[in-house]
Amino acid sequence: MEKTLLDISGVSKHFGGFAALTDVSIAIAPGERFGLIGPNGSGKTTLINCVTGTLRNESGSIRFDGAEISRLPAYRRTRLGIARSFQIPRPFHSMTVLENLLVPLAFVPNREFLARSGVEEQSLELLNSIGLADKAGTQSNQLSQVELRKLELARAMAARPRLLISDEAMAGLSGSEVDEVLAILFKLNDTGITIIMIEHIMQAVMRFSQRVVCLDAGRIICEGAPAAIVQNAEVQRAYLGA
Amino acid sequence: MKFWVSAGLVFSLAVIAAATVKNEYYFFAGYTVLMFVVLATAWNILGGYAGYVNFGTPAFFGLGAYTAAVLFKATAAPLALQIVAAAAMSGLLGLVAGLLTLRLRGIFFAIATIALTVIMETLFINWRYAGGATGLQLLRPAPIWPFASYTTMLFVVMAAMAVGAVAVARYVETSWIGRGLRAIRDSEEAAECSGVPTLKLKVFACALSGALMGAAGAPMPMYLSFIEPASTFNLNYAIGALASPMIGGMTHYMGPVIGAILLSTLQQVVTVTISGEMNVMVVGVLLVVFVVAAPEGILGLFKRWKKPSST
Repeated sequence: MEKTLLDISGVSKHFGGFAALTDVSIAIAPGERFGLIGPNGSGKTTLINCVTGTLRNESGSIRFDGAEISRLPAYRRTRLGIARSFQIPRPFHSMTVLENLLVPLAFVPNREFLARSGVEEQSLELLNSIGLADKAGTQSNQLSQVELRKLELARAMAARPRLLISDEAMAGLSGSEVDEVLAILFKLNDTGITIIMIEHIMQAVMRFSQRVVCLDAGRIICEGAPAAIVQNAEVQRAYLGA
Repeated sequence: MKFWVSAGLVFSLAVIAAATVKNEYYFFAGYTVLMFVVLATAWNILGGYAGYVNFGTPAFFGLGAYTAAVLFKATAAPLALQIVAAAAMSGLLGLVAGLLTLRLRGIFFAIATIALTVIMETLFINWRYAGGATGLQLLRPAPIWPFASYTTMLFVVMAAMAVGAVAVARYVETSWIGRGLRAIRDSEEAAECSGVPTLKLKVFACALSGALMGAAGAPMPMYLSFIEPASTFNLNYAIGALASPMIGGMTHYMGPVIGAILLSTLQQVVTVTISGEMNVMVVGVLLVVFVVAAPEGILGLFKRWKKPSST
């Protein structure tokens, strides 16, 4: 049996009478590049919110590295190693780019932190790897759209996650900007970080993912390699209509 | 270092004034100004740093005042003990109220804090031992050496508390706690996902803020030699505590201090020269002017003036 980092099993979530998620089960291996697709309103972000703790799932279990986490508050899950970027960027707008990273660096205790050089150096290093170093002193409410996306990723990375969830980090970006963000994610994955990518830009998610799951109306309708997913009749129906 | 030197200087100034100035009225008025410095500083810890607007200042202030009064009536406890007990009780109220209401965000929290004030007032109106609705007359003990009068002594005590409150706020602001509170104000969800224990930090800020407000209320019964519910739980405390940081600036610990000194002094002047009703008007007008013309307060104006084109 292959090792599992994140084990979602039988998760359901309702908003009033609306079933946002019904019996969703996904197992993600350490180091995997995993794609989550589905039409608007299919429950992708709801699922991610249940994993990160922003929402509580009503039934089913979510295990991270073997431990049940579905009743833990979000900040505890972040400390365990689950970080995310937000679909609509939520920078700490009263802070500079650098200060944004200092929040997770101050609040997520980790071994490296004590052993290595100063916090500011670590943040700058991180910004450098994501291509935001020249903006370190800029107030975060003055960033462009692509810079905000990068800041989301950088801040998530500052929490030193083992699992990074990228929630539509590329929506609204131009072709070359998509390539830029994609390159960043590949690079992070190379350092051993497991990545879940939620994306509408098919060409990006298909290029990136080793395995893709497609959600529709809160259920998994298909799971497999990118090439197989694109050919799947159910997926085509979900996206294009019958 | 610079901060502690200035803080020491300010406090010494208060002591020197107490030793030299003969007119009691200045201490009577100065006490109120300093009290609002404490209230505004306390309010800003939750309201300014974390962005949770609290209209419950009178609840915390009043509970502190009543704790001191009841303790004095029951045991004739010295002022220092009254202040400590008041801070403890109001801090506890902040803790409990925080746990109950800080899950509510934005406007709902503000509404809950208004209710808190009404609850506290009703409670004390109905407590016979604490004087009920008619109030409680208290006889001031003799002032402690070297003070010549009790009012002067209270003035110096309040000056010490103001310096203390500002030091506490400064510590919170510059430590990791302040960073977490700012993250909460900017985006609570993002803060939580960055590892910030948002509920714990908010409850801590609420309890600390409440404790400081309670401490500010403790000398009030002695200051007036009297306590009664309607004026103790007066909404004017809520407005003063909230308006001062807005006028002075909410992002720096000096903001509430500048705002409170300006606003309370002006109010004292207006009360004496025009009328007691007009002083409430002053708050309203200043608040409107600042919200429209300088949403970041006096400190914001100053910052913009220092570096005119940062963009």
